[in-house]
Amino acid sequence: MGQPRINSSSEAAALVAQRIRQLERESRRENLGRAWYKLSRNPMSVVGLAMVLSLILLAIAAPWVTPYPKHAGPFTDFANAKIPPCGRYLLGTDQIGRDILTRIIFGLRSSLLMGVVVLALVVPPGVLLGLLAGYFHGTWIDTLIMRITDIFLAVPPLILALAVASVLKPNLWNGMMAVSLMWWPWYTRLVYGLAVALRNEYFVTAAEITGASAGHILFREMLPNVLSPVFTKMSIDIAWVIIIGSMLSYVGLGVQPPEPSLGTMISDGARYLPDQWWIAVFPALAIVVVVLGFNLLGDGIRDMFAAEEI
Amino acid sequence: MSSTPLLLEIKDLHVHFAVYGGRLKVLDGVNFVMQSGERVGLVGEAGCGKTTTMKAILQVLPTPPAVIPCGEIYFKGRDLLKMNPNQLQQIRGRGISMIFQDPTAALNPVFTVGQQLKAVIKHSAVRGRPLSADEVHQRAIQSLQEVALADPERLLKSYPIQLSGGMRQRVCIGMALATNPELLIADEPGTSLDVTIQDQVLRLLHRLVKEKNTSVILITHTLGIVREMTDRVYVMYAGNIVEVAPTAGLFSRPMHPYTIGLMQAVPRLTGGGVSDGIPGRIPNYLQPPTGCRFHPRCPHVMDICRQEKPASYQVDDDHYVACFLYRGEEGKGS
Amino acid sequence: MTADILTITDLKKYFVVGHKGIRRREPITVKAVDGVSFAVREGETFGLVGESGSGKSTVAYVTVGMYRPTAGSIHFRGQPLFGEKGERPLALKKEIQIVFQDPGSSLNPRRTIKQILELPLRIHRPQDNRLEQILALLEMVELPADYMYKYPRMLGGGEKQMVAIARALATQPSFVILDEPTSALDVSIQGKIINLLMRLQREFHLSYLFITHDLSLMRNVASRVAIMYLGKVCEIAETVEFFRSPYHPYTQMLLSSIPVVSEEEEQLKPRKIISTGEIPSPVNIPSGCSFHLRCPYKMEICTRIDPVMVQVGEGHLVRCHLHGQPGEASHEE
Repeated sequence: MGQPRINSSSEAAALVAQRIRQLERESRRENLGRAWYKLSRNPMSVVGLAMVLSLILLAIAAPWVTPYPKHAGPFTDFANAKIPPCGRYLLGTDQIGRDILTRIIFGLRSSLLMGVVVLALVVPPGVLLGLLAGYFHGTWIDTLIMRITDIFLAVPPLILALAVASVLKPNLWNGMMAVSLMWWPWYTRLVYGLAVALRNEYFVTAAEITGASAGHILFREMLPNVLSPVFTKMSIDIAWVIIIGSMLSYVGLGVQPPEPSLGTMISDGARYLPDQWWIAVFPALAIVVVVLGFNLLGDGIRDMFAAEEI
Repeated sequence: MSSTPLLLEIKDLHVHFAVYGGRLKVLDGVNFVMQSGERVGLVGEAGCGKTTTMKAILQVLPTPPAVIPCGEIYFKGRDLLKMNPNQLQQIRGRGISMIFQDPTAALNPVFTVGQQLKAVIKHSAVRGRPLSADEVHQRAIQSLQEVALADPERLLKSYPIQLSGGMRQRVCIGMALATNPELLIADEPGTSLDVTIQDQVLRLLHRLVKEKNTSVILITHTLGIVREMTDRVYVMYAGNIVEVAPTAGLFSRPMHPYTIGLMQAVPRLTGGGVSDGIPGRIPNYLQPPTGCRFHPRCPHVMDICRQEKPASYQVDDDHYVACFLYRGEEGKGS
Repeated sequence: MTADILTITDLKKYFVVGHKGIRRREPITVKAVDGVSFAVREGETFGLVGESGSGKSTVAYVTVGMYRPTAGSIHFRGQPLFGEKGERPLALKKEIQIVFQDPGSSLNPRRTIKQILELPLRIHRPQDNRLEQILALLEMVELPADYMYKYPRMLGGGEKQMVAIARALATQPSFVILDEPTSALDVSIQGKIINLLMRLQREFHLSYLFITHDLSLMRNVASRVAIMYLGKVCEIAETVEFFRSPYHPYTQMLLSSIPVVSEEEEQLKPRKIISTGEIPSPVNIPSGCSFHLRCPYKMEICTRIDPVMVQVGEGHLVRCHLHGQPGEASHEE
């Protein structure tokens, strides 16, 4: 272990700087390695990660990898309607002759997009409010934020989404708005509980005694310590958002036809059960795969941030 | 060793933990012997493996990550590592009892002291004649009286949260001794308590085990407690037993450089400043030092210490040191 | 005699922990600190000893500005620490720093050593070269520069505490509170930390308020010692005098309870007092002298009247009815 001493000569200073940069790189690499080890120790987490990554790739590459990209738009081919799974149509065709595999992959696209957009809208304000309420624990700011949160939590989520979606024009974006509106308080609650505990940690006290600003304490001392449960929740929530989005589509308040959406596909296909089962079952399975993948990944993320045992 | 049957014998116990980057080789060939009626101290600092040893005896190590590549643990001649869960359950609680460092965590907060104590007493009688409710009650009262708790009737109805730390630890002691175990393992029994309360609890424990002639393994990092409570001491460092001696002998003539360093590090009431202690820190168990695990911190390190693991050399009656400095004196005492 | 750097006068800190009564209007208060006075001299190590509930840490936390006192005052070099209102000025925050007991919780687990040491430098010494100062701080506490990008969990307990010490000294304070700085650490590491602290004290002419429950350690580091029990000081004396002739029965009980490692130390323990009784809850402090429930020399007056501090020797103060008359110093043997 070299112990560089401070030297007036610029050469020594450069050496020190170089050594420090190297240390920074090494520690970053070690942290990554450690994180991957903890995640990979549970094979199911790796499966989850693989599932999620391939779903994302599939969704992005949808126009190029699907056999009949045109089937994702307004397209009818009654001659080939309701064909069971075969070599030409791997998962069969629906009631108006569209390839189900193609539509599932395109449906995934809008589902994932919805998940990502909703979380991007929801997580930052939710986390920020939770941090603020925790930081000002016991003051009126805490009371105000948490009571508003409680009010939002008291509204049944699906009802609120239905209400918003039916008042506004029913489409994907308004559905997302509705879901976002009911989703942020869960993050506020989660972060609030953690932040209240962190507020009393000695490292926060030490920073305060030294004269650190509220901004420093909120974002440098407290925020990094709430990220792990937030990431874990995000992974699991993407799955939930997708389910809710599908539910909205299922009742006709989400993605509008002919845009493919897993929820609409299930609701359309349900009419042809049980004889033409593939029309409804394959989109449903797709949802199961997505939800499973994100949930397994969530477990892995939790393990990754967990403290070293022993 | 004498002809009396050994109560506990640990032979060459290794315990590893699988973690990021490999295996933590925590226990590295622990040998331990005690006879019935002995009070033995197991002393060492945080991370030396004393709690792992205890968990191995009780078979409560989580596997994974723990792995026991080799070793034997005999309790009254039977190898605990080869027992099935049922047989182990017989041994735990009735043959071997435990007192933990933190009495708050050792008692279940949602049951009364009486419910917990009576459950232990009932469990201890499963094999023999079943006890009547009255007998169980009497035995519970008696256990609490033994640990010098006033008003045992009321205490049986209290929840742990209603008791102070010292009282909780007394309850734990009463519970551990209620089954008349042959071996009591006390893991840092006073550490979480205040000095004056710790003194009370330890004096009580000392008196009780003497009266009942219970064999005790006292695990602690405080040398002063070992000196007051035990007959014989095992000193542990980095997963090895480095010195074994009768208590008086160890304190009058510590031999292993680690024991000597540890003794010097204890601040004295007589004053005179604090010694710098032992340089360095406990080794990384992923890549423990070769040879003697203490060699990187040892002031008397020799070439051989870096290459070979020292055997345990007998330097006096019942006084063994695992250090090459004493190789010449081997066999002198026997 | 050197001047006092910190003067605590009749300090009180009560906490409301709940409410009782039918309408929940009567506050339940804990008198964590109840009328504590002492002064720390420039450059000395003043030891504050007590068990849990004694209020020793509360004294520290009030001094460092975590709480405002309920009553009483603290002066730092003659300047009151608690003005009429508002934040403590930065200049005072710079002068008074603290090292907490458990470096595991006083260092943010998600920040590197460099980030941890940067904060006080950024706030209090913005004009200095930060990297240079961080390296100097690490060198001061004898840690290699490699540690900059490590996270606290990668360090040993002793090393973490050295980082905490470096952080406290980064503001270049003159008064440092050490709140049980070694009680979370192993004995073999304790010595190194203590001797480091002593060296830094000499080098930077620091004054320490050293809080601990370990009398053996106190004997070796403090120049004067105060013993606290349930929010009050029961005895203050020069260290040597204190261990030679402890007056207060609680002090004697404390001394006789310490596990020691040698016969010479055994001789120093006042054997006659055996520890009995429980430490009462600070919510429900006994009337009169708060120690009377456990005191072997209890007299009738002790249950009624709280004794006052009296001087029994040069700089030796005791708060006990056994030593009732000032100057009389009737030491019960």
